[in-house]
Amino acid sequence: MTGVLVPLGSDAAAGLRPATREVLTLARDLGEVTALAHTTPTADLLAELGSYGVTRVLTTPLPEPASAAAVAAQAVVSAVTEVSCAVVLFTSSFTTKEIAAHTAHRLGAGLLIDVGGVHLDGGRLVGGKRAFGGTWETVCEVRTEVAVATVTPNAVMARPAPQPTVPELRDLPAEIEVPPRLELLERTVADHSGDTRPSLAEAAIVVSGGRGTFGDFEPVEELADALGAAVGTTRDCVEEGWLPPEAMVGQTGTTVAPRVYIGAGISGAPHHIGGMAGAGTVVAVNIDDEAPLVQLADFAVIGDLSSVLADAVEALREHGG
Amino acid sequence: MRSTEDGTLNEVDENAVETALQLKEAAQAADPDSGHEVVALTMGPSIAVDAARRAMQMGADRGVHVCDDDLAGADYAVTAAALAAAIRTEAPVDAVVTGMAALDGLGSVIGSLLAAELGWPQLSVARSVSWADGVITAHRGVDGVSETWQAATPAVVSVTDVTNSPRLARMKEILAAKAKPVRTLSAADLGLTTEELTSRTAVRSATRRPEPDPEIIFDDGTGGAKLAEYLIAHDLLAKENS
Ligand SMILES: Cc1cc2nc3c(=O)[nH]c(=O)nc-3n(C[C@H](O)[C@H](O)[C@H](O)COP(=O)(O)OP(=O)(O)OC[C@H]3O[C@@H](n4cnc5c(N)ncnc54)[C@H](O)[C@@H]3O)c2cc1C
Ligand SMILES: Nc1ncnc2c1ncn2[C@@H]1O[C@H](COP(=O)(O)O)[C@@H](O)[C@H]1O
Repeated sequence: MTGVLVPLGSDAAAGLRPATREVLTLARDLGEVTALAHTTPTADLLAELGSYGVTRVLTTPLPEPASAAAVAAQAVVSAVTEVSCAVVLFTSSFTTKEIAAHTAHRLGAGLLIDVGGVHLDGGRLVGGKRAFGGTWETVCEVRTEVAVATVTPNAVMARPAPQPTVPELRDLPAEIEVPPRLELLERTVADHSGDTRPSLAEAAIVVSGGRGTFGDFEPVEELADALGAAVGTTRDCVEEGWLPPEAMVGQTGTTVAPRVYIGAGISGAPHHIGGMAGAGTVVAVNIDDEAPLVQLADFAVIGDLSSVLADAVEALREHGG
Repeated sequence: MRSTEDGTLNEVDENAVETALQLKEAAQAADPDSGHEVVALTMGPSIAVDAARRAMQMGADRGVHVCDDDLAGADYAVTAAALAAAIRTEAPVDAVVTGMAALDGLGSVIGSLLAAELGWPQLSVARSVSWADGVITAHRGVDGVSETWQAATPAVVSVTDVTNSPRLARMKEILAAKAKPVRTLSAADLGLTTEELTSRTAVRSATRRPEPDPEIIFDDGTGGAKLAEYLIAHDLLAKENS
């Protein structure tokens, strides 16, 4: 049976995120799943991993600077060797793409980035990905014995295993070399415990507002809250100081692949589209029916976003009772 | 740097060129005899040389163009192996600066792979970059984490579109760029082995997605309600992830 490794990263400390549950669901369909943690998992975490069918949990601490991709990758490589895995699956983020690259380099493995689903075909990992601003659907295969892939959030629905497992817990001895000449001077982790909205990268629904909001994001935020969605934006709005850089979607912002992407007052520049082309359904609201995002959408309303979004919120409230 | 299909420079690579120019200027200010150069490196078909030209118009001193039919369709691993080999031919190099992500593939992995290939420290997705006495300091903020890293050169740095404002090429430099040398290197020149030239991933199929055929509603006061109806009718409200 194919061994599949799912590195949990810092996730292990706070309980599984939705994106990790999705990757565990995919991993279970490929083979026998081992998870990798860097702190001893709590009983709750073990039970949750068991409910997703994980058979083994390896734990190894990371030396400082633990947040260097080259450091984290060495622990992943040790785990792959320890339990001879043929597939390593990460959730996609800036951080994990870097770790995945270092891991693939050390293992001589083929690397797939931001795939929207994976399966095995003749022992080879195959993954699908949209390219060129979402205009092409590509299917890529890995030709090496070991495959490393990062999977976009919302690629599949998270599904607990039909039969929960009791994961075996094992310490992983790992010799990790610290990268030369590198020093971490300062690190702060934003506190998201008070957040009322899901994280942009992982939300199932994203409502984004662009320059057409003229800085008034209230309609965008109200629709987002009515849908339980995350709020996104464009670079122009970040430059205006209307929303913080973390909210930017696009080539140089966050890549999102939600089930639904709603873009209001956004023209749809290639830089923006590059970051949301993986969305399942695209809805646009714009006064200009020629705007590229309208042309790319599944459904579009041509009109002033403040009234359209407010009316939509009202209709949704009525529907929800 | 990477060129786009029409041979122009991937825009965030202009930020990379700007960072390289600023690093050179800082080194020169500290020691006017340091003799630093900015070399524009690109890999791609013959048209890709335009990206190096564009960088030279901004002020890069010369270009290196890795070009070989055997590199067509190179995956991340082959691209990184070829670029790393080209960087080694330029030794000693103090810093390799890349963009954070190319517009077409959005891999954001070439910088990491180059750091791994070269065994150098990596400062990635840098929102600001500074240099002093052979040490580069970079600040980054990704995935809700803010970090300041420091690396003694040589190092690999990747930059974003907000790291700086790329300078505009002046007429004098556009003319001067025509005379700047570009070295063209083949896979054989780089001594790449068959293994290094073998892609580890392959595209099985690429299909054009059907032309989008949007359902467009002109708002007559019911547009918002229709938007809500669309989401409800297509079962797009479910919040199973929250
Ligand atoms: C190197 C580089 C990287 C970049 N990276 C990114 C990135 O990652 N993400 C990103 O988003 N951008 C990025 N950009 C910027 C990008 O090119 C565009 O400038 C930006 O996306 C445009 O933002 P916008 O759609 O909000 O504004 P605009 O293009 O000005 O569009 C505003 C839209 O609002 C509509 N509108 C106006 N009034 C109303 C109204 N009352 N109701 C409804 N609609 C209205 C207009 O018709 C128009 O379509 C990058 C640019 C560069 C050069
Ligand atoms: N063929 C190439 N030639 C030169 N530089 C490249 C090439 N491909 C990628 N890069 C660099 O790596 C960065 C990130 O690319 P990617 O990892 O493909 O998203 C780009 O912005 C470029 O700076």
